[in-house]
Formats: sequence, C-alpha cells, structure tokens
Amino acid sequence: MKADIRKIVVVMDETHREMGREIAPPTRRAAAVAVIANPFAGRYVEDLAELMDIGAELGGLLGRRAVAALGIEPGQAQSYGKAAMVGENGELEHAAAILHPKLGAPLRAAVEKGAALVPSSKKMGGPGQPLDIPLGHKDAAYVRSHFDGMEVRVNDAPRANEIMVAVAVTDSGRPLARVGGLTVSEIKGEDGLR
Amino acid sequence: MPEVVLRKQQIVVEEIFHEGGPRADTPLRRAAMISVVRNPFAGRYEPEIAGFMEDLKPLGLDMARRLIAALGGREAVEGYGKGAIVGEAGEIEHGALWHVPGGYAMREVLGGARAIVPSTKKVGAAGARLDVPVTHINASYVRSHFDAMEVGINDAPRPDEMALVLVMTTGPRIHERVGGLKASEIKGEDGLR
Repeated sequence: MKADIRKIVVVMDETHREMGREIAPPTRRAAAVAVIANPFAGRYVEDLAELMDIGAELGGLLGRRAVAALGIEPGQAQSYGKAAMVGENGELEHAAAILHPKLGAPLRAAVEKGAALVPSSKKMGGPGQPLDIPLGHKDAAYVRSHFDGMEVRVNDAPRANEIMVAVAVTDSGRPLARVGGLTVSEIKGEDGLR
Repeated sequence: MPEVVLRKQQIVVEEIFHEGGPRADTPLRRAAMISVVRNPFAGRYEPEIAGFMEDLKPLGLDMARRLIAALGGREAVEGYGKGAIVGEAGEIEHGALWHVPGGYAMREVLGGARAIVPSTKKVGAAGARLDVPVTHINASYVRSHFDAMEVGINDAPRPDEMALVLVMTTGPRIHERVGGLKASEIKGEDGLR
C-alpha cells in the first residue's frame, strides 16, 4: 500500500418508501471513503505521480468495499461515482491527481465493465464537511433514471494534512424515477453514452 | 398501536487504523444503523404513546442483528450506544420510545450484555447530526471504551419522522491511554465495573 490510510468508512443506504409509496425492492447505494495522509501537504510538488498511484490503489479497494456493502456480484452494480476532498494544507490539484489518471480502471474492474465516464466532484474542505458524490449509470451516461448523488461526511476528516477519497456504487436508480430519457432497457453499452 | 412504517435505512461502518500514533494491528471498527420511520404521533399531543415501544421491538432486533453481522459476529462487539432524532412535528418524548426496543434488543442479541446502553436524543431537522455515546457492553466504567459516533442522514428526519439509531464498536479508542478501569478488570456483575 502506498497510501497511509487512517480510516475507512463504508455507508450503505436503502430507501424503502418515498412519498408514501413502497419501493420494492428498495433502492440501494453504498459509498466507501478512505481518509489518507496527503504526502504533498504544505508544499508545492510538481510531479504528482505518487498521488496517481494512490488513486489506482483506492479505486480498486473502495470499489470492492462498496460492492461488498451492497452484497451484490460486481456485474450487478448499476451506477457509480467518485469524489475527493482535500484538507486545507493541500491543493485542489491533489484531488485531481487521485481521481482522474488511474482510479477509473481498477474501479471498473470492481464493478465489471463500466463503459461510461465515472462522474466526479472535488473540493477543498475540513473535518465534517459534506462531500456530494455524483452518480451515473456505469455503462451508459445518458440513462436519466440513474443520475443521482450521495452525500458522505466523516466528522474528523479530512484534517489539514489529509485527503478524503470516496467511491459510490449502487444497484439501482432513483426511488421513483419518472422524468423520462434513456432507460436501462435501451442501453447499447458500446460508447459509454447510450 | 400503529404499524411501523419504514422509509429508509442506513448502515455505516468505520475502520480506524490510527490517529496519528502507532498503526493498530487490529483496526477499531464502529458501526451505526439508522432507521427512518414515520412518527405516528407527529403534529399533536398524544397522551398514550407507550404501546409503540412494543411495535418497535422487531425493528430493534433486526437492526441489532445487522450491526453484529456488519462487525463480524457477536464476539467482536465490545461497546454500544443508541439514540434518536425526532422530526420537528414530534416531541422529545417520542424519541424516548426507543430506549426499550433499541436497548434491550442489543442486550438480548449480544447474549445478555450487562451495562446500561448510553443514549442521547433530540428534535432536529433533516440532516441533523447526532453524537451517539458509546460505553462498554458489560461495565459502564471501562474508560478505554468511552467513545461516540456521529451519525445523520441528509434527508431525514422529515417533520413527521423519527431517525432511530443503534451503534456498536469492537474495542477501545484507537490510542486509548488515560487509565481507569480496564476491560481486563471487569467483574461484570453490576454492569458498572
């Protein structure tokens, strides 16, 4: 492990009802969050390769943790997303280095396929701040029923010299999706878009 | 009494490897489960509410079992706590309905844990956070196991809901070193020491 992980938090939620209507089976989302030391806190470092490698490690680790929390086979995952929050002694570019170059491939292995772009967000922040992880269908970005977001927060992270890295995976879309658009049954799954 | 109408559940597991000190061989794990249920007494003063405790018992048992499963079995569990957030159309007394079904469910499923289950509750809006106190399951005075876990859900409780919480932990604080009664010194008779 390249990453110095201080803590891992896994959250899974199930929605059984919404607006008085039963959701059967419940929609379910899971997020796995790692709180790691930022190796570049407090100084400008040009080459961010170490963080890119950490991103590769965490993409697989957190993807597998989220799938396990849902209790599903990797191929049953439907949507995914990723996000990072950098403590105040770091810079936004540190989040970019973790999330973008190398995190995606091992995450896709953890959920099987994953033709679509992994939607992402990033921010600077301190302990307890919410981080909203965007969600989109893993094989077809235009599936409208699966556009969603999942909020995570860890009350003691990220400290100033830390980075919080999150991956979310679902086995379903929104609870009462009804705004049209491309549906799951229409996915071709070739270009990652439709 | 009214049925228990469940809208949403969340389970959170934290694994803590270190907090700036030596990395633990076995990470501390803390798990919380929240169930968001309709508050059948929201919006009015209802004198008779106690019967709802009985209705909540199956939910308490189910949550306790899921927490134990999330932590890898009953033997792993050393600390516990509970709490409730009541939506704004309810009153704090509605949260007190959780003491019996939440607390005794954990004690029963853990095989007769002896210590009182520490608790907290409040009235709050969606997204409110609750710091759930945690103490040792067999002896309340074990200092290493005094802990707390912050929980909350961004869209709950709505005004006519309650978020009911159980928490279990697998051991002492990660770098515990302030002395006091140790887990190894528990007599386990009175639930205190």
